[in-house]
Amino acid sequence: MIPERLRSDRARLHLFPDSSHSTGCDRERLSRAAYFLALLIGCIAVALGLASALLAATGAPPGVVWDAMLKGSVGSTAALGTTLNYTALVLTVAIGTCIAFRAGLFNIGQEGQFTIGGIAGTAVGLALPFRGILAIVVIVVAAAVGGALWALFPAYLKLHRGVSEVVTTLLMDFVAFQLLSFVVNKPYLLGERLPKGSLLSGQPQSNLLPGADLLPSLAEGVGYRLQITIVVAIALALVSSFLIARSRWGLRVRASGFNPHIMQRMGIRRWQIGGGALLISGAFAGLAGGFLLTGTVLRIQGGVSTGVVGSFSDNFGWEGLLVALVARFRPSIAIPVAFLFGALRAGGEVLASTGVDSSIVGVVQALVVLAVTIPTVVAQVHAQRTRAKSLLDYA
Amino acid sequence: MPMDPVLELRDISKTYGRVRACSDICFSVMPGEIRGLLGQNGAGKSTLMRIAAGLVEADRGAVLVHGKELPPGSPRAASVAGVGMVHQHFSLVEALTVWENVTLGDVGRLSATEAISITETLAERYGLEVDAHSTVEHLAPGERQRVEIIKCLRSNPTVIILDEPTAVLTQIEAKRLFAVLRLLAQDDVPRAIVLISHRLEEVLDFTERVTVLRDGQVATTLRSSDADITSLAVEMLGRDVSLGREAGALGLPTLEDEVRGRWDTSSAKLAPSADRARFAMVDVSARGSDGTLLLNELSLRVSSGEIVGLAGVEGNGQAAIADVVSGIVELDGGQLLVDGGPVVWGRRGNSSAIGLVPADRQVSGCVLPLSVAENLVLDCTEDVMSCGLISRRLLRDRAKRLIEEFGISTPSIHTPVAALSGGNQQRVVLARELSKDPSVLVASQPTQGLDIEGIEDVWRRLREAATRGVAVLVISSDLDEIVALADRVAVISRGAIVGELARHELNHERLGLMMGGQSA
Repeated sequence: MIPERLRSDRARLHLFPDSSHSTGCDRERLSRAAYFLALLIGCIAVALGLASALLAATGAPPGVVWDAMLKGSVGSTAALGTTLNYTALVLTVAIGTCIAFRAGLFNIGQEGQFTIGGIAGTAVGLALPFRGILAIVVIVVAAAVGGALWALFPAYLKLHRGVSEVVTTLLMDFVAFQLLSFVVNKPYLLGERLPKGSLLSGQPQSNLLPGADLLPSLAEGVGYRLQITIVVAIALALVSSFLIARSRWGLRVRASGFNPHIMQRMGIRRWQIGGGALLISGAFAGLAGGFLLTGTVLRIQGGVSTGVVGSFSDNFGWEGLLVALVARFRPSIAIPVAFLFGALRAGGEVLASTGVDSSIVGVVQALVVLAVTIPTVVAQVHAQRTRAKSLLDYA
Repeated sequence: MPMDPVLELRDISKTYGRVRACSDICFSVMPGEIRGLLGQNGAGKSTLMRIAAGLVEADRGAVLVHGKELPPGSPRAASVAGVGMVHQHFSLVEALTVWENVTLGDVGRLSATEAISITETLAERYGLEVDAHSTVEHLAPGERQRVEIIKCLRSNPTVIILDEPTAVLTQIEAKRLFAVLRLLAQDDVPRAIVLISHRLEEVLDFTERVTVLRDGQVATTLRSSDADITSLAVEMLGRDVSLGREAGALGLPTLEDEVRGRWDTSSAKLAPSADRARFAMVDVSARGSDGTLLLNELSLRVSSGEIVGLAGVEGNGQAAIADVVSGIVELDGGQLLVDGGPVVWGRRGNSSAIGLVPADRQVSGCVLPLSVAENLVLDCTEDVMSCGLISRRLLRDRAKRLIEEFGISTPSIHTPVAALSGGNQQRVVLARELSKDPSVLVASQPTQGLDIEGIEDVWRRLREAATRGVAVLVISSDLDEIVALADRVAVISRGAIVGELARHELNHERLGLMMGGQSA
């Protein structure tokens, strides 16, 4: 019989496969890769077919739509620039998510942490007496700290009260959205203070940060401005990947992710690893918020509608979470996955501007996401079954 | 009274991997009878009863209730046929009330008033005092057990199996439980009751007959009135242990030659002496998270070079010792001393002074999905760090050295520990813990689930460690192991040491008596 704790341990196995440690001979691995590839192509074909049928049924010629999607995402320098900017944001969120998940903590509050990053960055940015590159660094760091602080309360509740972080991080999102709405509506906080006589824009928002606070760009042109964030995000992903694999901290993160008891047995306090990972995850989401702030918008706006999703975070948090899931919590794999999501977002925007109903655009995007997720899930289930079986033999 | 057995098990066999849990066991219980089922850990008691309840499917054999064969592996069918089981670990939903727990698993419309009245009727009829409206999480262990029994009685079973029901009870609570069981057995429709227990005394006092299992077979079935504690202990522990050990148990002169011969006496083995207590637990008390006293002013000393065996019935505080030693349960009182100084945990601190081989090696001993090399470091990363990172070369060199030294059989240093056999997993844990060069090694159930070769190897390592001057504490429920290893044996019962025996005083009878909670 297998003890209950071990059973949950086994349940974790499939979630965090260590690619470097996969068993089996090369041929077996090769056939598994071929199977995965075939499945991926099949899924994408089915998704494209379904989406085309849907588009045709709603009166949009599929050919034109796919063309617009492609052109809008990678079809021109401008499109590619937009795609890469989005990629950077989604990837930054995803890196932190990967770290938390590897440590066994399921942070799903990226939207809120992203939002708080924006608020903290704006507050600090508007108060700074100096400008320039140093100001940008301070703003971005403030955003990361804000995001981390937003994860502090869930981390505390998890480690001291045993409250599931899945619940608390999610609930903190709603607090963050309300907070955003509150601070931009109060002029004595971050609400817009206009010179006398000028008209209110009608949208509750903060004052604009000075243009000098705009992140440096790698390339600029008509209709696009490729920011440095893509380089930073890719570097962060690679460094995180390396540290998870090679540092003592990484070993501890992986060990406690698989088996939360053991680090404690070894005299390493739980908060050092688990709590730390949750804060890091929050920091990355906040950092992405800072990137959005200093990269394009330069101000925060309250939601026109106080819906489920905050207007500032605009789904970047959720997409980052999805990227991490699809990449199976490996930051380096998250790079291409994030690019796909960035491309879908950029392409979708162009598509929406051609007059296709925005909800149809959403469905098309979702179908493509599903298509790339299904093979991963199938592989996970497969790995889980084989591992569970091999474990059972020893139990 | 009809004299056909209510429950009959015919030629039951079950193997888990290489372990034979039950082999050709025949077992039957008469109506109105309370039957004791005794045996050491791993003797097959729980497996046998789980087969009877349909929770485990036997490899061979049949389960008959009132002469009718049950379909194998169907808890539902067993329950319908009238087999009820009260498990050792409670299966209650803590957030729900008593009556809600009692009705859990029912189908159809739920009527609160009806459920409450059923709960209260059952409680009153059998003297199972409990408030139907209270929430389970606020109940004491004894009360929870009464809820379990009510839940079991709800389906009006004719066979009731209780798996170590007294493990969590105080003596007074246990007495009350037996009064209830008596009532249940002698009810209008007589029931058959099977009682799995470790406590010899209560089994003798409260059952009609006792069946002793050993190594998956029926060792004997006795009338309780004809048996005494000593004879039961001897049956449980087995007399057909290997000649050397039996000789040891009987105190024959062959003992020294036989056992010491394997000890490599030629090497400079330090003589254990009282003033050189490397490891001391002084009046240590500890409580579980629910406030129960796990260790009650326990005192124990282990000298340099000495192997002390800690014997005792499972669940008397052995797990708490491992938890206290690794610092995850805080002391409620007393002191832990290594070389005369208090143990400090946390950042590096003194934690490396104590090596721990935990009982549940797959949970607390290693991280299954990580590689052998990584499991060999885990918390001793100092040895493999270079420039602030884990050096692959150092990691590999260290892994290769330890794999060689400890004879770990693995396809590669990158193989996940999950893919190794139990014996090799244990070697990985031992190798890591001993590589820290600890002053004290606490090994909890170090050979549980290992094959002969693995057992011999682990024993050899432990002896070698002692030879090097490590104070070794072996916590084991396997008396053969304790007899084979220990220079001195301490017996734990209810969180305290109830007696110590020097090597030459050892025998199975005395140990059995002390483990049963009697001081001898």
